[in-house]
Amino acid sequence: MSTITDPEQGGFRISMLLYDTRYRSITIQIIALIGFLLALGWLIGNAAQNLAALGKPLNFSFLGDTSGYDINQRLIEYNSQMTHGRAAVVGLLNTLLVAVLGCITATVIGVIIGVLRLSKNWIIAKIMTVYIETFRNVPVLLWIIMTMAIFIEVFPKPSDFRGADAVASMKLFESVAVTNRGIFIPSPIFGSGSMAVIAVFILSIVGIFVFGRWAHKRQDETGQILPTFWIKLAIFFVPSIIVFYVLGQPISLEYPVLKGFNFKGGFHMRNSLIALWFALSLYTAAFIAETVRSGIQAVSKGQTEAAAALGLRPGRITSLVVLPQALRVIIPPMISQYMNLTKNSSLAIAVGYMDITGTLGGVTLNQTGREMESLMILMAIYLTISLTISTVMNVYNERVKLRER
Amino acid sequence: MSNVSYVRTVMLQEQAPPASQAGIVKWLRENMFSNIPNSILSIAALWAIYYVLNDVLPWAFQSSWNAKSLGECRSVIAAAYGEGASGACWAVINDRFLQLVFGFYPSELYWRPIVAFVLMFAAIAPVLFDGLPRKMLRFTMIYPFFAFWLLWGGSLWVPLMIIAGFVLGYLAFGVVSKMASSLVGMIAAVLVPILWWLFLAGDVATMLQSIIPLSIEAVSSSNFGGFMLSITIGVIGIALSLPIGIVLALGRQSDLMIVKVICVGFIEFIRGVPLITLLFVASTLLNYFMPPGTNFDLILRVIIMVTLFASAYMAEVIRGGLAALPKGQYEGADSLGLDFWQSTRLIIMPQALKISIPNIVSSFIGLFKDTTLVSIIGLLDPIGLSTNIRANQEWNGVIWELYGFIALVFWVFCFSMSRYSMYLERKLQTGH
Repeated sequence: MSTITDPEQGGFRISMLLYDTRYRSITIQIIALIGFLLALGWLIGNAAQNLAALGKPLNFSFLGDTSGYDINQRLIEYNSQMTHGRAAVVGLLNTLLVAVLGCITATVIGVIIGVLRLSKNWIIAKIMTVYIETFRNVPVLLWIIMTMAIFIEVFPKPSDFRGADAVASMKLFESVAVTNRGIFIPSPIFGSGSMAVIAVFILSIVGIFVFGRWAHKRQDETGQILPTFWIKLAIFFVPSIIVFYVLGQPISLEYPVLKGFNFKGGFHMRNSLIALWFALSLYTAAFIAETVRSGIQAVSKGQTEAAAALGLRPGRITSLVVLPQALRVIIPPMISQYMNLTKNSSLAIAVGYMDITGTLGGVTLNQTGREMESLMILMAIYLTISLTISTVMNVYNERVKLRER
Repeated sequence: MSNVSYVRTVMLQEQAPPASQAGIVKWLRENMFSNIPNSILSIAALWAIYYVLNDVLPWAFQSSWNAKSLGECRSVIAAAYGEGASGACWAVINDRFLQLVFGFYPSELYWRPIVAFVLMFAAIAPVLFDGLPRKMLRFTMIYPFFAFWLLWGGSLWVPLMIIAGFVLGYLAFGVVSKMASSLVGMIAAVLVPILWWLFLAGDVATMLQSIIPLSIEAVSSSNFGGFMLSITIGVIGIALSLPIGIVLALGRQSDLMIVKVICVGFIEFIRGVPLITLLFVASTLLNYFMPPGTNFDLILRVIIMVTLFASAYMAEVIRGGLAALPKGQYEGADSLGLDFWQSTRLIIMPQALKISIPNIVSSFIGLFKDTTLVSIIGLLDPIGLSTNIRANQEWNGVIWELYGFIALVFWVFCFSMSRYSMYLERKLQTGH
């Protein structure tokens, strides 16, 4: 009779690194790590050697040097006597400015177009389809350049506004001047007492939130529904306007006036900013519209019908049943569209808008010859923005995720 | 008894439906004028369409196609349609068409990019259509090298030696994995071609060239331009990014910590920065990362960076395909006793890639549009060329015709591809 014995459990052998699944993964990882480090080391070694040969080893002190170039579009104080670092900050703020403006308008336009595309009105739906397909299928760079060209070629010169028989005239009750050097809009002048108006305005916004929560609670307790929208609208406008007139109109507008060769006064919105903002918004809106459409279509018809069977009115069906479910589908791709818009804003360089790519990656890079350092900082900044946005997105996704059994 | 019936024996003639319930009137009432707000919207929309077309159509059609300069063009339009008529000067497209398509590629060699372009369809066809014989895939594999040789010219031995590297890698995998394990085989399959290309391929190619000269006229990269450049960069970027993307996607899905961290880091880094910064790297920095003294031309550097850019996006697309596969496929492959590479190669990847094709097409559309960015670093893609053409004295001042033409060509390419990918998506959906 033979007995079955377990195979002999030997000690560790070298070949087990390859054949034993317990150890093989470690082997693979170590090989991968060594390969990766070797490649990285090779690249860094080459770069160090090349930069040393050129006499410019890695050094970030150029950020403290005088920049010597001007930036016409700026949100903080800056002139050509300030440092490259300051110029980069100005550029970063410009990037964020156009990104935030663009995201807001792109969302508004995109949502409207996405909803209208599902309209039962044939011609409206078709026009929206044409809009979406036109904007999605042409490069964004081309849109930016074309928008800029429209601003420069089509809009009248400031000199056209002069004289008795002027070719062009100011729009909106003589307050806005649309010229090929940019758009001039009235700017507010804050007189004494304006702080009170602003304070009341902020308070009324707080009031809207407080009222909203109170109305919600009241509805939960009593079941009565208030016309919250109209009341909120009244809270938004009425107190501020009353205070404004009681205090004798402390905030006034400064209108742009034609002086010499250009308009003076008011707020000057430069062509480069507006062209970039418009083009990015219209382009991204086409993508957002598609996202919105698919989000709305993703809510099954049964949901709408069930809500109607419960006796909800169409408006409430949309706001209480369809939208919350659609938003879950819409928000993640929407945020990645925001990310795309932010990254596309780097094309500002094509129209001469001084964003972070134009300052740090453009003029500073060319003036100082510090390609390595400039691009490292530039990429780090964009990476930080992107990672911040995607972190926010993940947190949101985690919150709205369907809790399945 | 007379036959009196209370029931009608002869049917009445069918009456036409009321005018409001038939034909175009019914359609209009339902689809455009169903209620007052809708009617207002429809009328506003019709007015807007009229307003736009009223301006654009005369401009587009009161045009001149034959002229040698903008001034001549304007005088032709004025003569034909009366003084003060503003018309498009399409003559600039007529005059510079070949340049917009081929850049500064030598005109006697135009047949080479054309042949490469036509053969591209033959190469893609077996990937896109299941009905074609599988043997055509072999041509698809050879095509990139062949197209490279057609476009850039030079010795045929160079692409052949590059192919030889892949063949050597394949052989090494076969031999070594029989001798040792498939893991060692994989390492050999990676190392052998790299060693071959680095140390031997160049010399062997030179030697073979001196024995059997097989070469066509070389064309320098600086002559590339126009839509040819866009298509070249786009197609090469996508084709090369596919294998890299597959590896990255597998790495990202893998259980191996270190491999996963490296892949995720690479993908997120590339996806987090704008393409233009990568192109800046290509134009100013890439040479620094190579051994001292290396210098290769700008288009090649751009292609490298575009490939890295596209492969990060491709990795995400393929990861989507891998995630969409039912878990049963993975488990089924495991239960057949296949190891990781076998199951990936034979079971997982073919299905995952098939699901991903629509998204691969979409990412190609994105990349193709993004190739216009190379104009910012000074390459002569269509947008770069349009600036170039306008810098010319004859065509100084032509704006809308050039931009319009470029936009139209991009639109036609991208729109047809996006329609195709939607069609594929519908076709693939019928599976379950």
